[in-house]
Amino acid sequence: MDAAVFLISAAIVLTGAGGVLVARNPVHAALFLVQTLFGVAVLFVLQDATFLAAVQVIVYAGAVVILFLFVIMLLGVDRAEDLGVEPIVGQRPVAAVVGASLLGMLLIALLVSVDGPTGAHAANAPLGDAADNTRLLGEALFTDYVFAVELTAILLTVAVIGAVVLARRVRGPLAPLPVVVVASVADDGEQGDDGPPDVAEATDVSDEGEGA
Amino acid sequence: MVVTTSWYLTLAAILFSMGAVGLLTRRNPLIMIMCIELMLNAVNLTFVSLGSELGDLGGQLSVFFVLVVAASEVVVGLAVVVAIMRRRQGATVDDLSVLRG
Amino acid sequence: MLDLVWLVPAFPLAGFLILTFGGRRLGEPTAGWLATGAMAGSFLATAGAFYDLAGRDLHDRRSVTTLFEWVPAGDLTVDVGFLADPLSLTMCLFVTGVGALIHLYSIGYMHGDADFRRFFAYLNLFAFAMLMLVLGDNLLLTFLGWEGVGACSYLLISFWFTDEANASAGKKAFITNRIGDWGFMLAIFMTFATFGTVAYVDVLDTTAAGTVATSTATFIALMLFVGAIGKSAQFPLFLWLPDAMAGPTPVSALIHAATMVTSGIYLLTRVNPIIADAADWVPTLIAWTGAGTALFAATIAVAQRDIKKVLAYSTISQLGYMFLAVGCGAYVAAVFHMITHAFFKALLFLGSGSVIHGMDGDQDMAHYGGLRRLMPVTAGTFVIGWLAIAGVPPFAGFWSKDEILAYAWNESPLLWAVGLVTAVLTAFYMTRLVILTFFGRHRYADPRPDEVEEAWASAIAVAEEAVVAAAAALAAAVTASEAATDEPDVAEAVVAARAAHEAAVLERDGIVASAGERPELPALALYGAPDIGPVADRLPDQVATRSDHHPHESPWTMGLPLVVLAVLSVLGGLIQLPFSTATKRLEGWLEPTLFGNEVHLSVGTGTLWVLAAVAVAGGAVGILVAVAAYLQRRVDHRAFEQPILADAWRFDRLVSNFMGGPGRAGFEATANFDSTVVDGAVESVATMVKAEARLLRRFHNGLVRTYAAGVGVGAVGLVVWFLSRTSF
Repeated sequence: MDAAVFLISAAIVLTGAGGVLVARNPVHAALFLVQTLFGVAVLFVLQDATFLAAVQVIVYAGAVVILFLFVIMLLGVDRAEDLGVEPIVGQRPVAAVVGASLLGMLLIALLVSVDGPTGAHAANAPLGDAADNTRLLGEALFTDYVFAVELTAILLTVAVIGAVVLARRVRGPLAPLPVVVVASVADDGEQGDDGPPDVAEATDVSDEGEGA
Repeated sequence: MVVTTSWYLTLAAILFSMGAVGLLTRRNPLIMIMCIELMLNAVNLTFVSLGSELGDLGGQLSVFFVLVVAASEVVVGLAVVVAIMRRRQGATVDDLSVLRG
Repeated sequence: MLDLVWLVPAFPLAGFLILTFGGRRLGEPTAGWLATGAMAGSFLATAGAFYDLAGRDLHDRRSVTTLFEWVPAGDLTVDVGFLADPLSLTMCLFVTGVGALIHLYSIGYMHGDADFRRFFAYLNLFAFAMLMLVLGDNLLLTFLGWEGVGACSYLLISFWFTDEANASAGKKAFITNRIGDWGFMLAIFMTFATFGTVAYVDVLDTTAAGTVATSTATFIALMLFVGAIGKSAQFPLFLWLPDAMAGPTPVSALIHAATMVTSGIYLLTRVNPIIADAADWVPTLIAWTGAGTALFAATIAVAQRDIKKVLAYSTISQLGYMFLAVGCGAYVAAVFHMITHAFFKALLFLGSGSVIHGMDGDQDMAHYGGLRRLMPVTAGTFVIGWLAIAGVPPFAGFWSKDEILAYAWNESPLLWAVGLVTAVLTAFYMTRLVILTFFGRHRYADPRPDEVEEAWASAIAVAEEAVVAAAAALAAAVTASEAATDEPDVAEAVVAARAAHEAAVLERDGIVASAGERPELPALALYGAPDIGPVADRLPDQVATRSDHHPHESPWTMGLPLVVLAVLSVLGGLIQLPFSTATKRLEGWLEPTLFGNEVHLSVGTGTLWVLAAVAVAGGAVGILVAVAAYLQRRVDHRAFEQPILADAWRFDRLVSNFMGGPGRAGFEATANFDSTVVDGAVESVATMVKAEARLLRRFHNGLVRTYAAGVGVGAVGLVVWFLSRTSF
């Protein structure tokens, strides 16, 4: 029974992840992300981490992804990205190699090892069953780890203030974004002797700017 | 079949690799942040699995904090993306190479 | 007094500094007297130190006075100190003594020269450097003096540097010396590497104790010999000495006869333990180089016309004798000959300077002749010097040269034969010099070849003008006759003009024919005035001026040193008479410095007498042949003066061709190697860095995804590393 739930959840997670990877439309990608998060929440429940499962759904799927969608709508970045072209030479092979090696090595580390994880059992925070999970988590957080909790509070405050400051509208004319043609790794060599591009010279999108 | 910890860990490894590949491959900054979220989820899954195997609440506590930090990171990251990207439609990460040396 | 031995070089140094910074107030003759006074003070200090040292016990005669530490460089410490032992004080005595006399002489010789003060400043600087060379207690200090005398030699040879030839001669001397200095430097390096010190006391005592490997001693001895060849003008580095005669005569006397050129022999004598420990072929090489050079230079001196060049080659030849002595292990004989040579060669040079001074700068012996009547003091002292160098007993040169020949016989009869032939040639060419200068008829009033040419040319020119004038007169007469055709006077005038024209042409042709047929003027008009023919009255005015203006004797400042040196040339032999151990005073005096390396003569007394007699006979033969050739008319002198000898066996040209051809190719190849390979290696480092940077710069494209890929690759690397360290 557990195995069936696990396999189905795993399938949901992986298809969602694959969808994020290949979705051209960012809204689709966000939705696929929600799918993955749900799957992970189910897996949390299977592990008796009920509180986390709830938090995962409420915070991650409910707030973070909504935030993503807000930004997508705000910026109008809903046009499709052309996945067929890769401007940086060698990026896809490198990505493939990195992904494959990471996967391979993690699997080796996990599956070939004989003794399994070698951590010691906890001294002061034993795992209870599913019903007690919230209470135990709360006790541990607000007695042993209370400083960390306070720090996360500060962190969140700082993040909020930072986000407000970063994203506000600036009055007056905006400095234009420097326009640089995507320089591939191949033709960097010939242009190597020039300095950084002059910011003041840049114009807006429609111009074909000079590669520095 | 009994679902052992290694199943969860395998799944987490696959999820993590897919997130890494996506991060290196996609050009849209928002989707790149989503791939980062995938990787963080994989890590969370690993923490919880190992915590439950060892009978240690520390795994779930770690996930708690990872969640908080990830959320704040997404907030700030999206604010930065907004600040940069609102100037131009259809901008991709490749257009931001002012720091080339 | 031995503690004050530092005064010996300090006096000339003070003289130099005062003269350099004393400004124009020190003109003539104060500068000269100041410099001479400094040298005299130095001589007195040396005499005091000598007296002190002689008062000591025989085996205690070595005193080191250290002034301060000069080079404190880790393992190498070199002090400025003075080693006062018999050898160095002997050298100092004659350097300062003869030097003081030459300073006195220069006051008269350089009278009227605009650079009077500079001359004496350089002379004092030279004396300082020479005394540091001799008194230094370590190889480095000797090298300091070595280089110093080389530099002063350059300064003094090219003293009248506004003439290109003088400047070139100075450069030639310096550069040739430098080649020898390379050997000296290698020897210093090896000495330090072997002994850990360069001080004579330590090096020589260690070597005398017999703990030095033969190969090391051979290398050091050989390199010091190379240095000595350069400084003492032996083959093949002798080229600079004849050219160095371009300097003023006192310079030639001081530097190139008495002091600087003997520093090579001093050096070899100083390191005699090292030569004794070297391989056997090293002294043989030294002896044969000396003997060969002596003979070589003597052959060249036979055919020279410049009086100073004869003396220069003579110096090279006598230095060859000293090297021969060193090579045969006869260090005492070498030092003895060095001392007597200083006396008589300085005397000869100063005498020649007096002659040149009297002849207003003319150095060509073809223009001398019969000067003994006009310069009696010069002639008298010069004759004494001549007898000394020709080896006529009982003058000083006979004793020293005979001792060298005895040791040469002891070593090898062949060496002795070379020495004997050289002695004969020495007697010949010195007699030739004396006869040409002081005896025979006065040739200074004779017209010179270029003046005779001028006379003939003027005669021909006058005749040409006469022809032209006659032709013009003829043309005028013809014109007049055509204008007035019937007057008989005009017709007669035409006939007369035509006759006059023909006469003028005839006369001109006659003169041209005589000019073409006239006999060659002799190079040396020994026996009668040259026959100039009909142009005697056309000679330029300077001929008449010359015959009116007689060569004159020199002032007392020049005459007194000549007399003193003449006395020393007569009495100099007394310091080492070979008759018994008691009379061999120099040998006894120098014994502490020789560490027992003096070769013992294994020749019987009877053989010695025979050798001496043969040497005297050889000298007599040389003198008589020269008299027969140059004074009486029995032998044609041109048989001896072969052009190849006058050209110094074309050795100069050989060296120039080599240096200009293969030498230059070698230099350019080395320069190219340096700029291409050596500089290229350094620059290629920079080029490689640039290439590497260009390669690495491609990763700095500013794109986030490239950097992310880098992070990913790094993470993979880390995981691989951790995995490789675990065991499953």
